[in-house]
Amino acid sequence: MGDLFVLVISCIFINNILLAQYLGNCPFLGTSKKMETAIGMAMAVIFVLVLAGALTWIINEYMLKPMDVVYLQTLSFILVIAALVQFVEMFLKKSIPALYGSLGIYLPLITTNCAVLGVCLINIKEEYTFVESLVTSFAYAAGFGLALILFAGVRERILLARVPKPLQDVSIGLITAGMIAMTFMSFKGMV
Amino acid sequence: MIPALLLMLGIGAVCGIVLSLASKIFYVYEDPRIAQVENCLAGANCGGCGYAGCSAAAAAVVSGKAPANICIVSGKTGAEAVAKVMGVEVGNAEAPLSYNMCEGGFRAADKYHYMGISSCKAMAVVFGGKRVCGVGCIGLGDCVKACQFGAVSMGPKGHPVVDEEKCVGCGACQKACPKNIIEVKTLSERIMKFNQKYDPLAPCAQTCPAEINIPRYINQLREGKYKEAVQTIRLRNPLPLACGRVCPHPCETECRRGIEDEPVSINQLKRFVADYEMNSGSRIPIKCAPDTGKKIAVVGGGPSGLSCAFFLRRIGHQVDIFEAMPKLGGMLRYGIPEYRLPKKVLDWEIQGILDLGIKAFCHVKFGVDFGLGSLMAAGYNAVFLGVGAWEDFSLGIEGENLDGCYTGINFLQRISGGEKIKLGRTAAVVGGGNTAVDCARTLLRLGLDKVYMVYRRTRKEMPANEVEIVASEHEGIEFVFLAAPTRVVGDDKNKVTHLEYLKMQLGEPDKSGRRRPEPIPGSETLLAVDMVISAIGQSPDASFKNQDPQARMKELELTKWNTIDNNPATHQASIPYIFTAGDAATGPSLVVEAIGGGRRAARSIDLFLKGEAVEPVKDSLQKKRIHESIFTKVDGIKQTPRAKQPELHVNERLDSFIEVDLVLPEADAHKEAERCLNCCRICYNPDTVFPMAKKAG
Ligand SMILES: Cc1cc2nc3c(=O)[nH]c(=O)nc-3n(C[C@H](O)[C@H](O)[C@H](O)COP(=O)(O)OP(=O)(O)OC[C@H]3O[C@@H](n4cnc5c(N)ncnc54)[C@H](O)[C@@H]3O)c2cc1C
Ligand code: SF4
Ligand code: SF4
Repeated sequence: MGDLFVLVISCIFINNILLAQYLGNCPFLGTSKKMETAIGMAMAVIFVLVLAGALTWIINEYMLKPMDVVYLQTLSFILVIAALVQFVEMFLKKSIPALYGSLGIYLPLITTNCAVLGVCLINIKEEYTFVESLVTSFAYAAGFGLALILFAGVRERILLARVPKPLQDVSIGLITAGMIAMTFMSFKGMV
Repeated sequence: MIPALLLMLGIGAVCGIVLSLASKIFYVYEDPRIAQVENCLAGANCGGCGYAGCSAAAAAVVSGKAPANICIVSGKTGAEAVAKVMGVEVGNAEAPLSYNMCEGGFRAADKYHYMGISSCKAMAVVFGGKRVCGVGCIGLGDCVKACQFGAVSMGPKGHPVVDEEKCVGCGACQKACPKNIIEVKTLSERIMKFNQKYDPLAPCAQTCPAEINIPRYINQLREGKYKEAVQTIRLRNPLPLACGRVCPHPCETECRRGIEDEPVSINQLKRFVADYEMNSGSRIPIKCAPDTGKKIAVVGGGPSGLSCAFFLRRIGHQVDIFEAMPKLGGMLRYGIPEYRLPKKVLDWEIQGILDLGIKAFCHVKFGVDFGLGSLMAAGYNAVFLGVGAWEDFSLGIEGENLDGCYTGINFLQRISGGEKIKLGRTAAVVGGGNTAVDCARTLLRLGLDKVYMVYRRTRKEMPANEVEIVASEHEGIEFVFLAAPTRVVGDDKNKVTHLEYLKMQLGEPDKSGRRRPEPIPGSETLLAVDMVISAIGQSPDASFKNQDPQARMKELELTKWNTIDNNPATHQASIPYIFTAGDAATGPSLVVEAIGGGRRAARSIDLFLKGEAVEPVKDSLQKKRIHESIFTKVDGIKQTPRAKQPELHVNERLDSFIEVDLVLPEADAHKEAERCLNCCRICYNPDTVFPMAKKAG
């Protein structure tokens, strides 16, 4: 139990997927303009990452390993994750329209999200057990959401600030992201 | 190598099969245009448009929430491609346009001394605003910065001006404005806008039952833009010629100038621009939205029916009017006499409405010649009942049916229809409303020697239009006030010889503040007349309810005054696809009321046809006043006399039905327009302190 807790803390804060591992930066910049969008995206990522983490772990354990083709990880994961997201999208649209209404529109954005693929690969590399990979997937996604929501809050404020012309919009966004990343570095050594 | 290939193939096949099965099982119908629109977008999923990715943006475009040029990456070619899919041209009649509501600028005092960054949004966050007015323009120009097309600029008066040529309706300025001052709306949205309590509205515009933007058209008149002024009026009122002649202008009572001076003669200005259009020989084109394919039946071609039909047509629906009389116009034609509203003028105005593509079927009576069932069978999606109030109340006294007795509406209608009625030499008209005064003035013109008006109360309580009462005094009508008819006396041939009445005195004021007249016992008096016209009020003729064979019609509820029961905020009747307004819904009222009601009903019908809930406009003002905009004193007014109503000399009037009230000459109209303070919610241009507005105009 204690180990899992440490794992969660480290995934959310220390090895934050966005701010420490620099994965998933396109949605980080794309969906952080408005708080509302950021929250929707964060929820969608959590949802998909947990599913993808579980599925890829199973594929790795019961298909790639026995057949000794672990080098196909990246390729097969891309395929599986893309199919999974599409499937989930269709499923939600038909069966749980309410959930689709709040998460659905973000799903296609995740199909090609490197953060999702990254987490799945990390899970394998670190040789986590099934439960551990579920937990890390969730925690990484939560970290993603945390960073995204923090960043959206900052960006909404920046709109009011007097930014020199050449630095406006994405430029100032990147600079801010860098600063937030630096603050996150102060978590290093916590665990 | 081989197993690896096989494995990949296997995974691929499984994914493919699962997905194709899923797409079959989980299939949900989706507008095919969404996919087509998505193909036209850049596909970058960048979120720059404010939607979560391209497919979300495409869905928004198809549902009408986003304009065709939403994609900031694909630019103009993309916008054109999207527009093609959506079947609209970029810049067609329904393209949304930006529009500034606030004219505050420098004339509105500042509430705070603000030294922060130059951004409306920042200021709104910090202080809630700078201007005294809670809804006004802050004036730091966030909208100007937001517009990528250079269509918004800061005008000379310190508030944004929109260049309609450059505006593409992307909505960026509206989003940037923290105060809802800049509005991006399509024509339909603008037509169906109703006064709301947080709108920047002058007192006159709050009061007008049709909700015309009065200061705006007066300003356009002042700038010599008569065409634009007429267009401003037509966004709210399809009958400016008729209203310009007969409207008792409740707006003028609330005119801010009227607090220190005489009110602006608003209605004469309306008539001036409307007459200008008619006399110019060409009609100003009226824009309509693209066809929607929905069909509505309007029963009754009076002002309410014409208004409802006009606005429904303008937002793209197909409308047919069914009218019981030989011609359209309702009371405008068969009640209000020729000398107040010439038939030629009315014909010209109605033709302009029909020219939009509205079909009219006259001489067919609802309940007799056709009914609810036949309308439904003919494929109409909704029905509007604007049948007016045509049933005269009877006096309920002895001798009422003697030869020489008439009822008001019936009499006027027969005269308008060209019928020859046997006339006497002296007449008594009972009543104090418009119908009574019109009957009396008509009788004089028909050559009677003496016309009395017999009214229960005093002149002060007469509900008729003030100008008409004055005119009838000039024309020599004799008023018998505080008189309640008790009997019509006839001779042995059953011909009227006298009207007997009881004298009245005013008693204690009742709850409404009006002093009730009470009879003085034993005061019976005889008035020697050979004609009696009773015009003491009307109610709707709802006989169609029982004549209509359609069983559903029984569900139509009537009130105890025989008006059609309806929700006053939506004008929906007890049968959901039936709507009503005008006299049929409110009881006898005014032309402008019928026009305003017709537009409100058109909005509800539109909602109903779209399958949306027919709900009242949120925070609708409906003639309630905005408290902060009602002043007790107004600074900076130089008293200047109001333009007199030019009129035909009394001697020329009496033996003809020639129009009495004439139109203002151009110079006088301009002078009168200069008197307008161009008010808004709380600010205005005083005559003395603000010379800038004059210079700019
Ligand atoms: C003499 C007089 C003077 C007036 N003066 C003024 C004035 O100066 N200023 C002012 O603002 N207002 C004035 N009014 C009031 C004004 O005319 C009415 O409020 C206004 O016309 C109401 O419009 P409406 O469309 O509701 O009804 P109406 O104008 O009454 O029109 C109803 C229409 O429905 C038709 N209809 C009725 N039953 C059927 C049926 N079963 N089937 C088919 N069609 C049917 C009628 O023929 C008529 O054309 C006056 C009214 C009268 C009577
Ligand atoms: S009263 Fe009207 S014009 Fe004046 S600041 Fe307010 S909204 Fe603007
Ligand atoms: S002065 Fe002009 S804008 Fe002001 S209330 Fe009168 S008519 Fe309306």
